[in-house]
Amino acid sequence: MVFDSDMAQTRFGYGRSPRVAGPRDVDEMVARLRGAEAPLADADIPSDAEMRQRIADLTAMRRTYRKADEGSTERGRLKQKYNAARRATREDVAGWIGVTLARRVWSPDGLRERLVAFWADHFSAPGKNEQFRFIAPTYVANAVRPFVAARFEEMLISAALHPQMLHYLDQNSSIGPNSSMARARPEKTLGLNENLAREVLELHTLGVGAAYAQHDVRQLAELLAGITTNPKKGVVYVTKRTEPGSHTVLGKEYGTRRARISDVKEVLRDLARHPDTARHISRKLAVHFVSEQPDEDLLVSMAVRYLETDGDLAEVVEAMLRHPASWRPVGEGSGNFKQPDLFLSSALRALAVPERALTGVKANQLNRLLGTPLRTMGQPWRRPIGPDGFAEEDSHWITAQGMAARLQWALSVPTAVVDELPDPRAFVETALGPQAPAAVRFAAEAAENRREGIALVLMSPAFQRV
Amino acid sequence: MGKTDMNRRMFLGRGLAVGCSLAASPMLTPVSFAATGGENRLVVIILRGGLDGLDLLQPADRGLQVLRPTLAARKPTGLEVTGGAMLHQACAPLWPLWQAGELAFVQGVSTPYRNKRSHFDGQDYLEAGTASLNGSGRKDGWLNRMLQNMPGSEMRTAFAVGADPMLLSRGDAPVETWSPDVGFVLSSQGARLLELTMERDPQMALVMKRALLLAGEGGGGAMTADDADTMGALEDMMDAQMNPNGKGAAKSHVRVAEFAAGQLRAAARVACFSIGGWDTHANQARALRIPLTRLSDSLLALKAGVGAKVWERTTVLAMTEFGRTVAENGTKGTDHGTGGMMVLAGGAIRGQTVHGHLAGFEEVDLFQGRDLMPTDDVRRYAAWAIRESFGLDRFTLESVVFPGVQMGDAPRLLA
Repeated sequence: MVFDSDMAQTRFGYGRSPRVAGPRDVDEMVARLRGAEAPLADADIPSDAEMRQRIADLTAMRRTYRKADEGSTERGRLKQKYNAARRATREDVAGWIGVTLARRVWSPDGLRERLVAFWADHFSAPGKNEQFRFIAPTYVANAVRPFVAARFEEMLISAALHPQMLHYLDQNSSIGPNSSMARARPEKTLGLNENLAREVLELHTLGVGAAYAQHDVRQLAELLAGITTNPKKGVVYVTKRTEPGSHTVLGKEYGTRRARISDVKEVLRDLARHPDTARHISRKLAVHFVSEQPDEDLLVSMAVRYLETDGDLAEVVEAMLRHPASWRPVGEGSGNFKQPDLFLSSALRALAVPERALTGVKANQLNRLLGTPLRTMGQPWRRPIGPDGFAEEDSHWITAQGMAARLQWALSVPTAVVDELPDPRAFVETALGPQAPAAVRFAAEAAENRREGIALVLMSPAFQRV
Repeated sequence: MGKTDMNRRMFLGRGLAVGCSLAASPMLTPVSFAATGGENRLVVIILRGGLDGLDLLQPADRGLQVLRPTLAARKPTGLEVTGGAMLHQACAPLWPLWQAGELAFVQGVSTPYRNKRSHFDGQDYLEAGTASLNGSGRKDGWLNRMLQNMPGSEMRTAFAVGADPMLLSRGDAPVETWSPDVGFVLSSQGARLLELTMERDPQMALVMKRALLLAGEGGGGAMTADDADTMGALEDMMDAQMNPNGKGAAKSHVRVAEFAAGQLRAAARVACFSIGGWDTHANQARALRIPLTRLSDSLLALKAGVGAKVWERTTVLAMTEFGRTVAENGTKGTDHGTGGMMVLAGGAIRGQTVHGHLAGFEEVDLFQGRDLMPTDDVRRYAAWAIRESFGLDRFTLESVVFPGVQMGDAPRLLA
């Protein structure tokens, strides 16, 4: 294995920083990942319970104003109050995303931040209405982030059964067709919604190519029927929604006795430990971090480690980091092309954008810095088109439109987010390290102003490929 | 945030200060596309999420009303098409197209995809146009394979418009992807240096070159800062970018259609884009209005944008990955199904027609007791549309563009 500190930062982190040193070896990377997270100022993202309370308060405010007499001054005042609270929440949400960016820019543990982004994408659950768009960053912070070095089954249970996912994949409306609730109200034709069950099998665990059938989707949906969201308590298991009887998923029978949430957790744990899941997760990690065509031996050693440790994700990541194929250098004109989100975040890190500027970012600033640019680059912040997340293939991202949008960003945003743009000649070193290609050094020096010099470095293949 | 407040002036002012050409949106780009053979146009719209054809065009059928107690209980819209089916109220703006013979439907069609009902697989089938998806290897789309068999086809013959990457147009034939939301300001010196840094990365270099060209950069067409029209247009564009919640952004699907129309009016012969939002698992009566309105807006924007002469030669195919369950689910919506619907529009088509055969709604008629039984292959219709628009021969269509498809008798899609 040829460990390379530059590669450790670019391939397995958010890139080089002028202020934060890169890891010295794999041991250090693994120790950081297994250790506690470095604290960050202003990182007070609310817990699920706190967020529920906030949403409940907003809902109450809306209800109060709508109850007031149409056209009355009181109604106007209440509406203003409600809208002010919404605006304040929107600002807080921007701040929480700012905290994520600040971590990417300033953390010595870039690997953890990349893994958070990877798993947030794996368990994509964008909000379909304003409330859940508010909740989205807290979902990632509470249900995904704490588990990046845990067993996969813990993350699966935490994310797939989170109110955000239940909302996104319509689970709250899924009711066993023969449940006591459905039988009590035959006129409402209550029934199952297969969405969550399908995506758990197809995307979260086994993978779409795996050997499961429509029958398994249906049976898993029946098992999940009791799971729903209560606005006050969060996720609850409601017996009267459950489908009676036992249910067979991948040949194993669950829920032979009374319906219990433990049956749901058991099937999720079994799915998490399935060899197809080990292969699916290992491959996805390797493709994301190392190469679009990952080395077969790398995949095997990751999947084997996965199965040996019942899906301990820190172990699987360590297996990847200890494999020589993960450190194979890329020649010019090859290597993984950074996805837009990584491109922007690594640019912010190379620019060492002050922590306070990110954690204190206003919603409209965040839109200009990140929201609108990412959308034009084809990767709106944590809002993929479907629950399968964003595409991994480079060909999805190397497009005229995407490149134009990157150039647009590289020319306009850096100058607005740091007090003073660095000297492009120094910035080449900062961003690309001692391996910087001669052409980029030349371009940085020959640029007619700092703004374009910085943009040229950020646009260079050496910066955009890892 | 730092000392400088980011504002629109920053995006504009600094670029003007360095003084060279002013990049503009593609709308402002002088167009000089080489034309491919023929004047006909083909637009493919992928309706992502699974359009419920039975709601878009609701058959008058008692059996259906039993299975859809709320969805099929809608008030009559008065928009009655051939065979007594009723067009959805949200598509009322398209009624003049129907009356003018510029709108048609194909009912009961599907791709060969069966059983798993995954959006992602379903869309891959629809866009790949093949009878199966072999897991490994590079995938390409049928629209791209069609281009490879169109003589004289070049980079700007085909456009994939919008931010959504599409398998449909992926493959060896060059297809330009562009969203009408990108524009930037770079000096000509900067452009030359950019080229230099990418010299040893041909893939990026080529794409960057096209980006510069599309955004109006790359030498030649420099615009000056005091050109008032250009400034105005650029400011509008920046406005749309800077205010994603503004009214400009709310109609981004219209801008996509307008950009496609602009290219089709010039040298482009083929364009594709997607419209999402069809996955109506809950409260479909309300949820379906949004994508239907987008589809209507887009078709009308295309018609207005290409102008009467080009519209006469335009065929639009709107296709979806699968239909939805025939029965309403527990949440007044529908789940992923099988048999679906294709929408045809354009001045070139034989309109006022509902093609295809609708299987019944008795349990035995349904696919796996739940979905509309597919009665025909949607690829067959796409193949005929290509055959009639661009004259590709049957052998190529049945073996290369849509391998394994039996085109059968001509449905006579075009007028």
